Amino acid sequence: MLSPTQVVEAYFLESRHQLLEIAAYLDRYDAAVARAGDRNGAAAADEKKLILIRRALEIVAEGKPARERTIALLELFATV
Amino acid sequence: MQIIQPHYHAIARTAQDYERMAMSGVVAVAEPAFWAGFDRLYPETFLDYFRQISEFEPTRAAQYGIRHFSWVAVNPKEAENPTLTREVLKHFPEFFAKPTVLGVGETGLHKSTKNECESLEAHVEIAMKHDQLVLIHTPHLADKAHGTKRVLEVLAGMNVNRERIWIDHVEEQTIRPCLDAGYWVGFTLYPITKCSPKRAVDMLEKYGTERILVNSSADWGPSDPFTLQECILEYRRRGHSLQEAIEVFHNNPCRFLGQNPKFDIRPIRVETATEAVATA
Repeated sequence: MLSPTQVVEAYFLESRHQLLEIAAYLDRYDAAVARAGDRNGAAAADEKKLILIRRALEIVAEGKPARERTIALLELFATV
Repeated sequence: MQIIQPHYHAIARTAQDYERMAMSGVVAVAEPAFWAGFDRLYPETFLDYFRQISEFEPTRAAQYGIRHFSWVAVNPKEAENPTLTREVLKHFPEFFAKPTVLGVGETGLHKSTKNECESLEAHVEIAMKHDQLVLIHTPHLADKAHGTKRVLEVLAGMNVNRERIWIDHVEEQTIRPCLDAGYWVGFTLYPITKCSPKRAVDMLEKYGTERILVNSSADWGPSDPFTLQECILEYRRRGHSLQEAIEVFHNNPCRFLGQNPKFDIRPIRVETATEAVATA
């Protein structure tokens, strides 16, 4: 089993990468909305999935969650 | 589709990578001098390395129909030995005379120390003196923004032709000042530590395609030459045409590298042939 320090070090870059991908996903959406706005368009017809992602990020950021974040996220995504 | 890998550390990769790259459309690679994973001690070690990438590696690539070009430099990670750097720099003109050497690279910064900045300046100076192209490495991760700023400051104090300088490994927080200053920039696609294919396409859509190169780097660490093809797939999947993809992944490398006449691969344009269909 890994020590707390080993966990932090072993998965830092991978977690950084995954968070950057999520940030880019949200930026990509905003850019698409802005482009659509130029053509008198707007946001996606259904933003439910996007709202779930934002809620998931809140759960991930919880310092001392009541239960495991992974379980909470799986249950959250099961609602889509 | 024909593809050029403008930054590729071939000596760290297998023949199978060449074979698969050839099968996926890669027609040329350009190999900058790289860090060996440890700090070299002797000028002769560099010279043999430069011989390897400028003499031997083109023959290995040629077996798969791929053109191989290279660059020479003392890596930024080894710039803390100024005596060694000076000794190696003296030999650069011998390699500029080789038929496939395109210029000086990858020089640049790692920790942005005084020695590194002086080494960068010396590399750029010799390149400009001999009318060579320059490929500049910018630091990774936490040092990225500061190191890129220092690169721009060093270059701003020199008399350089900005169109002949390529600042590599830019990301979202560093691309704009490099483009605004008139340099070429490169996105380096890595599985985890640098830019991802999707983020690279995001930047192409935001900043356009002018003076932008995309490469996989692909070295002896965790890396993958086919992140470049992954990026092309992502680009096409978002609706960009074949010609637009060719402009980014083939023609832009031709435009930058072709400033050195040794790089004689020309931009290409796709046309639909008008032919009469034979009827039975």
